[in-house]
Amino acid sequence: MKYACLVYLDETLRETVPDRECKAFGDGLRARGCLLGGEALRPSHTATVVRVRNGGVALTDGPFAETKEQLAGFYLIDATDLNEAIQIAARIPPARVGSIEVRPVRELDAG
Amino acid sequence: MPDPSAAARVAAEDVYRRESRRVFATLVRLLGDFDVAEEALHDAFRAALEQWPVQGVPEHPRAWLVSTGRFKAIDGLRRRARFVSTETLGDALEAIPDERAAPGDGEELADDRLRLIFTCCHPALATDAQVALTLREICGLTTEEIAQAFLARPAALAQRIVRAKAKIRDARIPYEVPGREQLAARLDAVLRVVYLVFNEGYSASSGEAVTRVDLSTEAIRLGRLLVDLVPEGETFGLLALMLLHESRRAARTTPGGDLVRLDEQDRAQWDRGQIAEGLECVGRAFAREPVGAYTLQAAIAATHATAPHAAATDWPRIVALYDLLLRVEPSPVVELNRAVAVAMRDGPQAGLALVDALLARGDLAGYHLAHAARADLCRRLGRHAQAREAYVQALSHARQAPERRFLERQLGSLPA
Repeated sequence: MKYACLVYLDETLRETVPDRECKAFGDGLRARGCLLGGEALRPSHTATVVRVRNGGVALTDGPFAETKEQLAGFYLIDATDLNEAIQIAARIPPARVGSIEVRPVRELDAG
Repeated sequence: MPDPSAAARVAAEDVYRRESRRVFATLVRLLGDFDVAEEALHDAFRAALEQWPVQGVPEHPRAWLVSTGRFKAIDGLRRRARFVSTETLGDALEAIPDERAAPGDGEELADDRLRLIFTCCHPALATDAQVALTLREICGLTTEEIAQAFLARPAALAQRIVRAKAKIRDARIPYEVPGREQLAARLDAVLRVVYLVFNEGYSASSGEAVTRVDLSTEAIRLGRLLVDLVPEGETFGLLALMLLHESRRAARTTPGGDLVRLDEQDRAQWDRGQIAEGLECVGRAFAREPVGAYTLQAAIAATHATAPHAAATDWPRIVALYDLLLRVEPSPVVELNRAVAVAMRDGPQAGLALVDALLARGDLAGYHLAHAARADLCRRLGRHAQAREAYVQALSHARQAPERRFLERQLGSLPA
């Protein structure tokens, strides 16, 4: 089963989690076959929100809500069940200072 | 002359009463879905009511029910498969383990109920959903009964249960007993749910409560089950705590629903059977390291339970137990209870100094029992004006009707 682990973080704390630690963690997961993909993201002020309303594309800048924690990155992992996914998510380095939202991936029903 | 088919019907009903939740737990593991398992359970019992009167009661009724339920579920999937692709059916059937992998009796079945409790109390579910699911799936209460017990609307409660089940299925919360390294933390969540259920039943036990399902009894039943399945110290401790509190139920309220203080309760009304069982559980809990918060609270309740009358209470022992409890689980409420015990050991002046220091810290400013304790100590010291002030404070924070009546009586009995 695939899970997305969305990393939310107060952007002022980003420097407290070294990149090299995140890199090493990702490499370890990939070696075990648990990491399907994932990236760190640029800060939220670089974000653009896309909506299609009434047939037209509507763009707004920035994230949706005025929350302190912003989406800072994501991992796409493969885990047997939620317990394994939680174990992996708990080891994602910024879990210490931010939060990780674990969401099961919905397979698109293309048929 | 006894009618064998009537006897078989009685046997089926008896097995249903005693075993249906255990059969259900095994079916959940085999079928991987609450709703499919619930349907399979009912199909299996319907089959039992039809077949047992004719063919006789099987030697292992529970194993028969599990195997029949599993068969009926697969049969149902096949029938529905006329409308879905054979590929989907193949996947669904493959996902159902072979019944030989499911021994019909003994250890494995006990484990199934334990798995289900850990699933229902999974920390990924909201606490109120954990409570509702546990009562629904482990205790077998109906949605209406649970809604009534928590004074919730049945429709809202039903939706909460449906959402929780959907999350278990879609996020794939597993049916498993957590491994050693996680057991302690996850067991805490299970015990918390059981204690929540108990307290809801215990503190709401007045007035119109007679028609409500007895949540305290359900909680004690769960506690007994857990003691069998996970004989850890805190499991015994929680069961002991619940039994020792429950033993005072008849004495703690007047027939009119008014609260009676512990020192004024008629101890002849305490349930000796529950006290004996509670004391035995405290002993077992202390025999297992480490000693936890439920066990220490049970030991405090046990000290009260073994005092022949209020004046004979071993207050030094109770203060010592609160000291230990503060180390295991520091909280301002525990400090308050310790202060009251200190007042009983060393006199009201010593207790009042502690309560005032606590109130000055601000943690308990909105907690009616802190003001009530202060009021009581001031009264014992003859400071009636301060006592009056504190009772008024307590009343401004108290919510429950019996507690408000108690405080009003205390206030009214102060000398003018």
